[in-house]
Amino acid sequence: MTDAPMVLAERVSKNFGTNKVLRGISLEVDPGEVLCIVGPSGSGKSTFLRCINHLERVDGGRLSVDGQLVGYRQKGDKLYELKLKEAAFQRQEIGMVFQRFNLFPHLTAVENIILAPMRVKGLSKANATARAMELLDRVGLGDKGEAYPAHLSGGQQQRVAIARALAMDPKLMLFDEPTSALDPELVGEVLDVMKELAKSGMTMIVVTHEMGFAREVADTLVFMDEGVVVEAGPPREILSNPQHDRTKAFLSKVL
Amino acid sequence: MSEPEPDRMIESEPGRSGPSGRTPRAGRGRHDDDTPPEAIVAIPLRHPWRNVVAVLLILGLAVFVLDAAQRADYGWPDVGKYIFDRRISQAAWVTLWLTVYAMIGAIVIGLLLAIMRLSPNPVLKSIAWLYIWIFRGTPVYVQLVFWGIVSLIYPVFTLGIPFVEPWVTIPNEVFTNLFITAVIGLALNEAAYMSEIVRAGLLSVDQGQEEASTALAMSWGQTMRYVVVPQAMKIIIPPTGNEVISMLKTTSLVAAIPLSIDLYGVSRGISAVTFTPVPLLIVASLWYLLFTSILMVGQHFIEKRFSRGTGRVKTGKEPATSGPAPTAVPGGPTPPVSTDFGGKG
Repeated sequence: MTDAPMVLAERVSKNFGTNKVLRGISLEVDPGEVLCIVGPSGSGKSTFLRCINHLERVDGGRLSVDGQLVGYRQKGDKLYELKLKEAAFQRQEIGMVFQRFNLFPHLTAVENIILAPMRVKGLSKANATARAMELLDRVGLGDKGEAYPAHLSGGQQQRVAIARALAMDPKLMLFDEPTSALDPELVGEVLDVMKELAKSGMTMIVVTHEMGFAREVADTLVFMDEGVVVEAGPPREILSNPQHDRTKAFLSKVL
Repeated sequence: MSEPEPDRMIESEPGRSGPSGRTPRAGRGRHDDDTPPEAIVAIPLRHPWRNVVAVLLILGLAVFVLDAAQRADYGWPDVGKYIFDRRISQAAWVTLWLTVYAMIGAIVIGLLLAIMRLSPNPVLKSIAWLYIWIFRGTPVYVQLVFWGIVSLIYPVFTLGIPFVEPWVTIPNEVFTNLFITAVIGLALNEAAYMSEIVRAGLLSVDQGQEEASTALAMSWGQTMRYVVVPQAMKIIIPPTGNEVISMLKTTSLVAAIPLSIDLYGVSRGISAVTFTPVPLLIVASLWYLLFTSILMVGQHFIEKRFSRGTGRVKTGKEPATSGPAPTAVPGGPTPPVSTDFGGKG
C-alpha cells in the first residue's frame, strides 16, 4: 500500500458536449509528492483537477485516488455511478483550494474552517475551533480568526481557504491556480504556506503559472496542452531543456 | 460676516448654481493660487411656475379637507365612534393573522417551488412552472371564489385505489372552515410570487460557494442550509417585506370566499346595518394604513440592514462580537432568518 500511487490517472478523458477537454491524461502521483501542472489556458488543467475530486464527471479512462476509483464503483466488469453521499465521502480525503478563494462571506475565518468538520465529520465545536486556531496559526493568521473574508486581503483569504481545506485532514490537496487572482505582492505569502505544506509531506497537485514555485517545490512538472500531457518530468529538466516544441513555445512566453 | 452667507447659499443649491459656478472657477489659474477664489454672489434662478403649482395644489387640498369636514356623508362622528369599536379591533386581529399565516404558507411553498424550478429534474421543473403559470396568471379574487366552492366539488376526501370502494373517507372539513380556506387560497396564490423571489435570491449566490461547499464534502442539503440560503436572504428579504404589505391589503378580498370576519368584512357588515358605509370605509382604511405604516417602518430597517455588503455590516460589530461570534456558527445563519420573517409578519 505504501508504494501505491495516491493518484492514478489512466487515459482520463472528459468532454463538454462535443468539446473534448481531456483527451487521455495518464499520470501518477505518489504519496508525499508535489506535482505541478502548467500549460496555456484552456489546456484542461483545471478540468483535470476538478475531475480528481469529482466536481466534474470523468467520461473515459480510469481515475483513482488512494486506490479508490473516483466517482464510480466497480463490481465485476460493470461500473456503477456513486451515490451523492458516497461521492461526498470520497471528497473528505481531498482538499481543494480555488482560484477565487470561495470563502463563505457570511462566516468569520474560524467559522469558515469549522463548518465542514462539524457538519460532515461531526466534530464538537470546541474541538473544531481548537483545530481551526491551530491551522490559522500555521498559515500565519492566528489573530484573524474573528475576521470576515471581506476584511481580509486576497492573500489572507487564500490562506484561510487553505486552512479550511486542511481542517478536513485530507490526504491530498488540490490547488487550482491559487495565486492567479492575487495582487503580485500577495503571491509570496500564499506560496510560502504551500511550500511549508509540501515540506510537511502533503501530497499536492498544483495548477499554477508560478514557474519559480514549480521549480523550487515540485517533484514533477507536467506540461499540458489541448487536453493531453505533452511533457512530464523533474521541473529543472523541463524548464531548462524542454523537448517538445509546444513546451518550448509556452515556456518562452512565461519565463 | 457677509462673505460666508452667499457662499453657503450656493453650496446648498448645487443644482442651480453649479453650472454657473464652474465657469469662473475654470479661470482660477490666472489668480494667485494662495488666495481662495472669490465667492460668487449671484441671484438664484427663480422658478415662478413651481410656486404657482404648489399653491394651487395646497389650495385644492385645503378646499377638499374643509368641505369633507363639513359634509354629513363622511359621518365623522361615526368614524370616531367605530374606530375603536371592539368588533373592528377584533377584525383587525383576524386580518393580521390571515396575513401572517398566508405569508408563512406562501414562503414555505414558494421555497419548495423555487427549489423545484432549479432542480435538474425536468418533471419537477415543469410542474413548478405550471403552478406559477396558473397561480400568477389568474386573478386572486377568482381563485378565492374557487376555493370557497371547492368543498362542494370535493365533499369528502378519500384514500384508496381509484374506481374501487375507498379505504378511508374523511369529510372535507378543511374547506368548510372559511378562515382556513382563506389562508390556503391566499397562500397558494402568494407562493407563486414568493417562489420567484426565492429563486432570484438563490441564483444570486455565486456558483463558487456551492462548489467550495461540495469540495468540503458537504451534502446538497448542508450546502443549501449553511452556505447558500444564508447568503440568499440578503436578496430575498427586502421584496418579501413588500409582499407582506401587499398581502395585508389583499386579505380584504377574502370577501370572495365569502369570509366576513376580517377588517373589511366586519366594517362592511356594520355599515349594512347602520346604513353608514362611508365612515366605516374610513375606519377600515385607517386601520389598514396603521398596519402598512408599521410594516413600512419595519421594512425600512430590515432593508437597511440587508442592503449593506456582508463585509461592511460586520465592521462595527467585529470587536464587540469577537467573543460570541464562534458560538453563533451552527445556528448563526439560520435563526436570524426566522426572526426576520416573524418580525415582519
